[in-house]
Amino acid sequence: MSLRYEVKRIYRDLLYLGREYPLGYDYFRPRCHRAFMNQADETDPEKIRKGVQQAEYVKKEIEALYRLKKYRALKQSYG
Amino acid sequence: MTSLRILVPIKRVIDYAVKPRVNATKTAVTTSGVKMSMNPFDELSVEESVRLRERNSDAVQDILAFSAGPAKAADTLRTAMAMGADRALLVELDEERPEESDLEPLAVAKLLREVVRQEGCNMIICGKQSIDDDSGQTGQMLAGLLGWGQATQAAKVEVQGCEVVVTKEVDGGEEVVRVKLPAVVTTDLRLNEPRYVTLPNIMKAKKKPMVKKTLADFNVEFRKRLETVEVVEPPPRQGGGKVDSVDGLISRLKELGAI
Repeated sequence: MSLRYEVKRIYRDLLYLGREYPLGYDYFRPRCHRAFMNQADETDPEKIRKGVQQAEYVKKEIEALYRLKKYRALKQSYG
Repeated sequence: MTSLRILVPIKRVIDYAVKPRVNATKTAVTTSGVKMSMNPFDELSVEESVRLRERNSDAVQDILAFSAGPAKAADTLRTAMAMGADRALLVELDEERPEESDLEPLAVAKLLREVVRQEGCNMIICGKQSIDDDSGQTGQMLAGLLGWGQATQAAKVEVQGCEVVVTKEVDGGEEVVRVKLPAVVTTDLRLNEPRYVTLPNIMKAKKKPMVKKTLADFNVEFRKRLETVEVVEPPPRQGGGKVDSVDGLISRLKELGAI
């Protein structure tokens, strides 16, 4: 049961991050949704845990993307 | 070690990713319907004060986020609290009244001086400039008004006893400044990497205290000293031209008076 909430939590976190996605939320949400739905039938706890780990990794990557984007924009304007 | 009471002034500005447009009357840039967010340099200062606490949890007693702006600046302050500030103070400005809209750096510095006196802060970490007005004056003026030391454009901040050691990036190397507390520190771009605010932290920040005041609560004179003559967009960049031969290049250079 707790695994179910794990997945929901990371999905919510990703959607929240997606609101500022450079290509727009409309680009991000369907893709994120599809990625989760593709594995919705998964029942093996080990594999679900792996999937959550992968989602955590994607979350970190997106955060890094935003940070770098902001840093570069500011660096260009302010050195 | 002196216990630190840190004040972090924050400005709500047009988001860094938005291209600002000049309004029809050429008096300012359009802000209605434009995405607003926290000034990136202020994000750096919130992050730095939170990191000071994480490095030494006993040293930092209080982190107060401050903003003067429209009612929506409350959201910006919530973000600051979600990043780790303890409480917030918002001075709500009535955008309809000309003397209250768009405070000048000197007015902000005077306002901050009053806040420092009321709240008993002994360290101020503020952004070196805002990305909308780009004045870069508030921190320096505030230090002058308070008679405190200042260390501007910090690339590294260390608190050692009752002193702050600040490293700044200068042309061809680093400059190290040592200031006694109380002090004003302004942040530069490479000071740290501000954390991304998570959803649960935003929810938690809603429980943190936020005090709202108005300019009338402060005994400060807010007369406008600056007059905006005109706001114009920068001229569009003119593309370069191509020459097809060396002779063409020479004749073109002669034409321009370069040789």
